[in-house]
Amino acid sequence: MISLLVPGAAQNCLTRNEWVCGKYFSRFHSDLTSALGQHLKIVVVSVLLGLVIAFPLALLARRYRKLEWGVVGATTAVYTIPSLALFSLLVPWTGLSETTVVIGLALYSLTVLVRNMIDGLRAVPDDVKESAIGMGYTSRRMLFAVELPLALPAIMAGLRVATVSAVALTTVGSIVGYGGLGTLLIQANGTQFKAQVLATSVLCVLLAVALDLVLVAIQTALTPWTRRAVAR
Amino acid sequence: MSGVWTWLSDSSHWKGSDGIPVLLGQHSLLTLVAVTAAAVVGLPVALYLGHHHRGGTLAVNLSNIGRAIPIVALLSLLSLGAIGSADFGPFGRAGLATLITLGLFALPAIITNAYTGVAEVDPDTVEAARGMGMSGWQVLLRVELPLAASLIITGLRLAVVQVWATATIAALVAGPGLGQIITEGYNTNSQAEVVSGALIVGGIALLLEIAMALLQRVADPVARAVR
Repeated sequence: MISLLVPGAAQNCLTRNEWVCGKYFSRFHSDLTSALGQHLKIVVVSVLLGLVIAFPLALLARRYRKLEWGVVGATTAVYTIPSLALFSLLVPWTGLSETTVVIGLALYSLTVLVRNMIDGLRAVPDDVKESAIGMGYTSRRMLFAVELPLALPAIMAGLRVATVSAVALTTVGSIVGYGGLGTLLIQANGTQFKAQVLATSVLCVLLAVALDLVLVAIQTALTPWTRRAVAR
Repeated sequence: MSGVWTWLSDSSHWKGSDGIPVLLGQHSLLTLVAVTAAAVVGLPVALYLGHHHRGGTLAVNLSNIGRAIPIVALLSLLSLGAIGSADFGPFGRAGLATLITLGLFALPAIITNAYTGVAEVDPDTVEAARGMGMSGWQVLLRVELPLAASLIITGLRLAVVQVWATATIAALVAGPGLGQIITEGYNTNSQAEVVSGALIVGGIALLLEIAMALLQRVADPVARAVR
């Protein structure tokens, strides 16, 4: 806007504040790369943390049926709390840090991860389990060699939903200064910097799609029997 | 934590145009209008598709797609666009952009659940109803709809909770509602204000969830019959 008032100043899509602007990428690509890196790190760490917490919770809920209601209820209740509020409630303990965002997102991922793990383990057919017991499998060996592989499609489905929504929710982390692409997006929103708003939005969606494709590839690699069934 | 109580009990925070009652009003109005609009648009579509067992994959996957959309990005894109950048009646600054985003976010949960509810009614029951001479409309209104009521309300419950949360995030892009307490707290470096805002927003979200769960129990004809 200001450049319009200065005779001879360079006119380009940045000074005209256009939505799509190639010059934006060439000038700001290092900002974008580091924001993307932070975004990816927050998503991966939080979902892995969620997975590590969800696994024992699901086993506990399966072992003691009375606990299932409590575990599922508690993780659902967490999901009910708006992300902006959840991050803010963590701030007194973890401060304005990456940890706040990671813990918040991990808690959100629990809802879908725990539920899908319980459902997946429950869907393992009884006769398969009986065969394993008949073959002398210990309960630990049965869990890792029979039940978990068979529950994998359900668990991976949960993991995909958790990952994709973590990518979207990370942007809210900008409130504590660690929102990955979201931090750039909110800054740009404040100054009405259109090229940056659009670029970070699109990158966010692309990151979610890319991570989803990676998880699909992992699932296909881990469950070769489902591939063969489709090929037949 | 004592700061939170001090902040909440300060009467100046309960008065004026940015007082808690005004923000609560904006927030509730946004949620109500967005969910109602989404239900008016989404329910007929879902019931039609479910009744005819069409478009199932899309209807079921819609809620996963909904989760993938970055709320902040959509809010920002809409508020910087042609619509909603000016004041919009009782919805305040960037109100229209917020309202549209919220409506879009309410749709997937409503459609997915209503579709599943109607499409998964026991085919034997539907056949029996037809055998009794019911028309397609009668089957939908008197058999499928009551049996799907529980899932339809689950969809509305998820939509209400989702929209309430999204309306909070709207404050990040200068939207209206209770989220403003939280963002103002960050801007003025007041942890008491941040936590107070978070407690109000989170507490009401939990109350909404419980209220909708109770409504669901009342509306389910199967659960009522068992009782």
